[in-house]
Amino acid sequence: MKEKAKILDQDAINRAIMRIAHEIIEKNKGTAALCLVGIRNRGVYIAQRLANCIEKIEGQAVVAGALDITLYRDDLALASGQPLVRKTEIDFDINNKNLILVDDVLYTGRTIRAALDALIDFGRPQSIQLAVLVDRGHRELPIRADFVGKNIPTSLKETVEVRLLESDGVDEVLIVEKD
Amino acid sequence: MAWNKKDLLGLEYLTAEEINLILDTAESFKEVSSREIKKVPALRGKTAVNLFYEPSTRTRVSFEVAAKRLSADVINIATETSSVRKGETLIDTGRNIQALKADIIIMRHNCSGAANMLARALDISVVNAGDGWHEHPTQALLDIFTLKEKLGKIEGLNITIVGDIAHSRVARSNIWGLTKLGAKVTVCAPEILLPLEIEKTGVKCASNIDEALKNADAVNVLRMQFERDLGAAFPEQLEYYKKYGITEERLAKAKKNIIVMHPGPINRGIEMSSEVADGANSVILEQVTNGIAVRMAVLFLVSQAKEIKA
Repeated sequence: MKEKAKILDQDAINRAIMRIAHEIIEKNKGTAALCLVGIRNRGVYIAQRLANCIEKIEGQAVVAGALDITLYRDDLALASGQPLVRKTEIDFDINNKNLILVDDVLYTGRTIRAALDALIDFGRPQSIQLAVLVDRGHRELPIRADFVGKNIPTSLKETVEVRLLESDGVDEVLIVEKD
Repeated sequence: MAWNKKDLLGLEYLTAEEINLILDTAESFKEVSSREIKKVPALRGKTAVNLFYEPSTRTRVSFEVAAKRLSADVINIATETSSVRKGETLIDTGRNIQALKADIIIMRHNCSGAANMLARALDISVVNAGDGWHEHPTQALLDIFTLKEKLGKIEGLNITIVGDIAHSRVARSNIWGLTKLGAKVTVCAPEILLPLEIEKTGVKCASNIDEALKNADAVNVLRMQFERDLGAAFPEQLEYYKKYGITEERLAKAKKNIIVMHPGPINRGIEMSSEVADGANSVILEQVTNGIAVRMAVLFLVSQAKEIKA
């Protein structure tokens, strides 16, 4: 793995998240019936940060949950490495809510497909909207994000690495090239 | 840490890391049973066969519920009504189930080692749901899971197991699992129900129940199988209750928050009093609930195993 470029630093990440928070409030006309669900692992941290920003802007607390999509993966039978099943923690009702699904990187769209299936098992939200920190392209399914921190065109030889304080001790987004 | 075993035969064959992986995975699966739609698609298209050579309701139903919550198809074979009655051997039965393209056999058998033998003969997964006096790994795993949930850890705990240790696969699996995870295990039973050289497994023996309960963080009370051949050893069931039964008076002398466990079904008034079974220290029904999560984890892991077949 070779580091090619730092796309976002801490300030840029914070600004992107703050802007997305504003956009979410604008599009949903406030925070009533709003809830956030982050996809494990890093989506959970971004969802929590978005919730904090929204509360700061509107003065209203918004609930944030965590979703593990392992059991819904379409490549579970083929996966080469063994996926670790982690906890799903959605301890609020998602029925009739405007649910913001949050992930760090949007790529093929397969993770989001799995997450949508999982969410439908929890109830019937009024709407599901997608917020991602980075959209790197190369979709394999008809899925697009409603809120994007940064569009980063990449080649298939590259990967996007999101590092967050909560999990990696540093806030940065890098493009790395596979060997 | 990856799981690479196609079978779960006993806790004797697992490392502490593998046991912890099952427990951690089970923790994630527990949430599924609290949903309104209690189902995930992880084992969609897989077939699990319950092959029970001994009567069992709770273990069989628990496995069936676990498999169904993972979206597997479940087939139950009760051997009394099957070709086993016509003299088919265990391996032939297993090969036929494999030929039906089933993915997992969950087996209960009255012979120790039956699951090991079947697992060697087949390419598909075998999960031991109890074999003779040998092991009942998922029962021990759910006991340990419940302990960990209640007390936060296993290492350093004092666990007492009371009852017919000699004929108990639940005791054996618990001893393997608990000692591997660093708990201190004491077994308490009439001498005639203690296996020879039990100390070699790293456990302490106590013949006095009050002594055995004194420092215990938890007591796992085994079922006395009077319907088998215990009659000769204990003509009077009341005598057993007097000497070894868990009562409120006995608990009053133990640690205040001692956890009382029982694999079920309970003989009230033999192994423990009704007050204890239904009391504040009892986690018996939580064990049943946790059994589903543990069995989901086991079914998931064995079906994910990428074993290099030797």
